[in-house]
Amino acid sequence: MSLIQVTNVHRVYNETDIPVSALKGVNLSINEGEFTAIVGPSGSGKTTLLNIIGGLDSATDGSLEVAGKNITHLATNELIDFRLNNIGFVFQAYNLIPVLTAKENVEFIMLLQGWEKNKREQRAMQLLEEVGLKEKVNSKPSQMSGGQQQRVAVARALASHPKFVLADEPTANLDSASTNNLLDIMVELNQREQMTFVFSTHDQRVIDRARRVITLEDGQIKSDIYK
Amino acid sequence: MIQKIAWKNVWRNKLRSIILITSIALGIWAGLFMMSLTTGLNTQRIGNAINSGLGHIQIHHPEYTKEYNPKYFIKDTALLSQTLSQIPTIKSWSYHNNFTGMIASPTSGYGVALIGINPLTEKNTTSIHTKIISGTYFTSDKKNQIVIGEKLARKLKVELNNKIVVTFQDTSNNIISGAFRVTGIYKTASSSFDESIAFLNKKDLEKLAGTSSIVNEVIVFLDDVKDVAPTKNNLSTSLPMLQVRSWDDISPELGYANELMSIALSVFILIIILAMSFGIINTMLMAVLERKRELGMLISVGMNKRKVFSMILNETLYISLIGGPIGIIGAWATINHFGKVGINLSSMGKGLDSLGIGSIIYTKLDSQMYLTITIVVVLTALLASIYPSLRALRMNAAEAVRQN
Repeated sequence: MSLIQVTNVHRVYNETDIPVSALKGVNLSINEGEFTAIVGPSGSGKTTLLNIIGGLDSATDGSLEVAGKNITHLATNELIDFRLNNIGFVFQAYNLIPVLTAKENVEFIMLLQGWEKNKREQRAMQLLEEVGLKEKVNSKPSQMSGGQQQRVAVARALASHPKFVLADEPTANLDSASTNNLLDIMVELNQREQMTFVFSTHDQRVIDRARRVITLEDGQIKSDIYK
Repeated sequence: MIQKIAWKNVWRNKLRSIILITSIALGIWAGLFMMSLTTGLNTQRIGNAINSGLGHIQIHHPEYTKEYNPKYFIKDTALLSQTLSQIPTIKSWSYHNNFTGMIASPTSGYGVALIGINPLTEKNTTSIHTKIISGTYFTSDKKNQIVIGEKLARKLKVELNNKIVVTFQDTSNNIISGAFRVTGIYKTASSSFDESIAFLNKKDLEKLAGTSSIVNEVIVFLDDVKDVAPTKNNLSTSLPMLQVRSWDDISPELGYANELMSIALSVFILIIILAMSFGIINTMLMAVLERKRELGMLISVGMNKRKVFSMILNETLYISLIGGPIGIIGAWATINHFGKVGINLSSMGKGLDSLGIGSIIYTKLDSQMYLTITIVVVLTALLASIYPSLRALRMNAAEAVRQN
């Protein structure tokens, strides 16, 4: 069943001045349990596509359906709620809250969802254990390496039981060992829990591990390969 | 947890937060201290005027105050005494016998108000007996004693025990003169009072004027200044044949000065609040812009705008809730201290004396003002944080998360 359905999506920036088309009629369907990498050169539109799929940006034209819900015309606050309950995000720069510990960072999303304290703590501990950071639960981001921070970010993305995880260049700031470690965790989650992952990436290591690779060029899908 | 994050965010940049907290505390301290100083000045000025002889309420023959002619005196003093003794808000009163005249020494002469008093009852009302700097306040039985102000003594070039000649018009418009001996010299906070008022024994004055016991003026003192208006109304109703006036009816300039100082103070407080607001806006705006990527992440992952707004609002609130009490407690301690020991402004004493204030100022502030200022500070902080909070909400989350 299609989890994400992108239909004829266009995105034009600076419509009133000099219009720049970032996406030109993209059609795409991503099923549950996929491990998909969106690749392409800089300016090809992969981040724009990821932002639109994640409800962080809106399409100029076309429609987007996520988990059976058309989110194309949702209001800002509805989109925020939708993101909270359906999408997990992993960012290139980790973007953890620096004043909170690893456990609190993971708990934070569940807090926004209104989870009880005990359940929050329990799930945060479980997730941090799954990403191999049991001993770092009380460490703040500044006390962790980049790889460890990104693993906390993955745990945070999974905390809210999202329908899928969007990861924007998640390994761009990581060394090889950290990248492999992170990918191992994601692949395992994908295989064990059927968690859907969608990446935008330049990183060949990620592309190698992906089971589907969508290549964008000049705002259009150039190729869509299942491995 | 939003409160917890907000609290921790406050301490991310300790130096900046401490500077802002200090500026809030200093602003509040300065505002409250200035208010207490002004209130103290005003209270002292009014208090000095009231205690020196103005009283809280004065009662006269209705014609007396038109030309201050002693022929208009209160006839039924028995009814007056009975009425005054029946009003519970009245603490004490004294009868005056007033004449306008001249005092002449061998070197010069000056126009003055001659106040005939009963020294015994006067001690229960006015405070002149406590202002004696030389000699005594009618303590012996000697006749024709006069107590004059220090400034008048200087102008007349007389000292204690010197004789001076008092000339005035009696109730039949005859010019009367008599020699009086200076037995006391007083000094109040008001130099203009000191140069224009002389106190004499009422009996001596009446004997010289050849009149029986007459009363031109009744000075009434209350337990609480707040009771002036109802007591005045009560007296006006009970004594319809007499003119009853409160201190601010008699000396409206005292009230005007009060209003003027209130306006000046409001402007001062407004300036402090504006400065504080801009400080908060600047600091919080910097805090928001510095954390653009993090705020973008929060919005991206599903923190709604209300919560983002509330987080920034909370940060400002915490800063003001730290700075506010420090300023208020500091101000309370300072005001309390100088309320007891006073601030010695003798370097500008002459100026203050001419204003009737005195050279030592005792700070004073109503406890309600502390509460008012606390509320104003918290509201100001909250209002000042609205703009930075709105800036945070307006940001494009997708762009913000990718910023370096």
